[in-house]
Amino acid sequence: MNGAETLKRTETMLLNLGPSHPSTHGVLRVLLELDGELILRADPDIGYLHRGIEKMCEYRTYHKCLPLMNRLDYLAGEVNNFGFCLAVEKLLDVEVPKRVQYIRVMMAELTRIASHLFWLGTHGHDLGAMTPLFYAFREREKIMDLCEMVSGARMFPLYCRIGGLAGDLPEGFIPAAWDFVKTFPEKHQDYHNLLTKNQIWIERTKGVGVMTPDEVLDWGWSGPMARGSGVNWDLRRDNPYSSYEDFDFVVPLAINGDTYDRYLVRMEEMLQANRIVRQVLERLPDLPPGDIKAKDPRVSLPPKDAVYNDIAGLINHFKLIQEGITPPQGEVYQCIEAPKGEMGFYVVSDGSPKPFRLKVRGPSFINLSALDKLARGRLLADSIALIGTMDIVLADVDR
Amino acid sequence: MNKAAELLQEKFPEEVVEVTEFRGETTITVKPERIVDICLALRDTPQTYFRYLSMIAGMDYLPQSPRFGVVYNLYSHRNHNRVTLKALLPNDANPVIDSVVPVWTTANWHEREAYDLVGIRFRGHPDLRRILMPGDWVGHPLRKDYPLRGK
Repeated sequence: MNGAETLKRTETMLLNLGPSHPSTHGVLRVLLELDGELILRADPDIGYLHRGIEKMCEYRTYHKCLPLMNRLDYLAGEVNNFGFCLAVEKLLDVEVPKRVQYIRVMMAELTRIASHLFWLGTHGHDLGAMTPLFYAFREREKIMDLCEMVSGARMFPLYCRIGGLAGDLPEGFIPAAWDFVKTFPEKHQDYHNLLTKNQIWIERTKGVGVMTPDEVLDWGWSGPMARGSGVNWDLRRDNPYSSYEDFDFVVPLAINGDTYDRYLVRMEEMLQANRIVRQVLERLPDLPPGDIKAKDPRVSLPPKDAVYNDIAGLINHFKLIQEGITPPQGEVYQCIEAPKGEMGFYVVSDGSPKPFRLKVRGPSFINLSALDKLARGRLLADSIALIGTMDIVLADVDR
Repeated sequence: MNKAAELLQEKFPEEVVEVTEFRGETTITVKPERIVDICLALRDTPQTYFRYLSMIAGMDYLPQSPRFGVVYNLYSHRNHNRVTLKALLPNDANPVIDSVVPVWTTANWHEREAYDLVGIRFRGHPDLRRILMPGDWVGHPLRKDYPLRGK
């Protein structure tokens, strides 16, 4: 082989993106096959954060599963608990008081803002815009403070309980929440000023990772990923749960289905979530304080008075503490609109105090599966934009 | 009765084993042999229009027999309703069912997960390998006879 032929020789190159690349939002390895800078194939290798949560849940009572649910999508811990509680309540056929429903909605929407802020900061950072990160985390910090007020924890708030809440809202929460709700739209404008008309941002995101509505359905995308392509679908509006039908909000849609449009959709969703929180705060004073548990002896501990003075109350208390909640035999699928898409819980009960099988449908897992389709034919640098736009959390992917 | 159940009972009377309603959800148990035809019918008939596959769950019902099953949850963006399809697999030693990847592309990773964690094989799957566990892992962790804390 002479020199000229050696120069002509071409072959593809395999490149490992990860497993600990700073733009992968967790431990993700993507095996990229490259022709120069062009991506021919992208094979995500997941499982580095697999903790066997579904298996562990089969050995725990329903309430002991709750802390594990927090650790699925840890940027939106409260939403996972919310969904799991709804699933078990559906299995038990328990109705929770309006106050519980409203407070859960408020916490879920605050968490949605926090999750989107995290996405905004890191997505921008990945693509070279460092400033939005600091602005986004400024507001996210306030939501973390609110989570800390209700549950004592910031990343893993455990505020929902099956059949109610851990306690009523603490003193000082309502003024702090009002403060956040009133100032957020103004702060939100800062992010727009930084990115929306930024030429570099537009160049990096427009036309990158385009999905048509048909492809969205075929690939199982949900949430903002689907709405970015114009699929008019929001579980909060179309299959309302936990009194979402009481609130007035708009489901933002975009048409191009690219990274920039998904950015716009998530930006608007934050404002809409803020609107819902405002409506909850306006209506909370009308709902009796302290009404935070379902009046159902199968899930709620009896009042202490009944435990000490009444044999039925004592037995009820004893059974719930010793055995736990025992739903009837059956299976339900309950899904909620999590910040990243449809978060579903398929719970199968055999009538014992532990779930026979719990299957979690994590939105990140499904969204990530389309990475190969989006990355083919794009440049290596676009893969970073694609991972960012999917808003994946590897703990949710790997479970 | 649910439209999907009506459709299947009309088109595939031999295949439908049972239709149950629980807490407002319809579960249709079908025989596994013609699962792809059933899914195609549910997807393409305008009245049902289940264009979206929410999840596939591999199930191990030990000590029951048939031991293994596959559960599909479908959603229709037109009617905003859901249906759960369930297929019990006759072979306890070597559970196999046809892959529904030709019907919904998203089934690819769901089926890989069911194969990895429960050990159900999907005939015709384009790339059936482990997804969450390492490639050389022995055993399927979500089986009921798999211990929680190793051996």
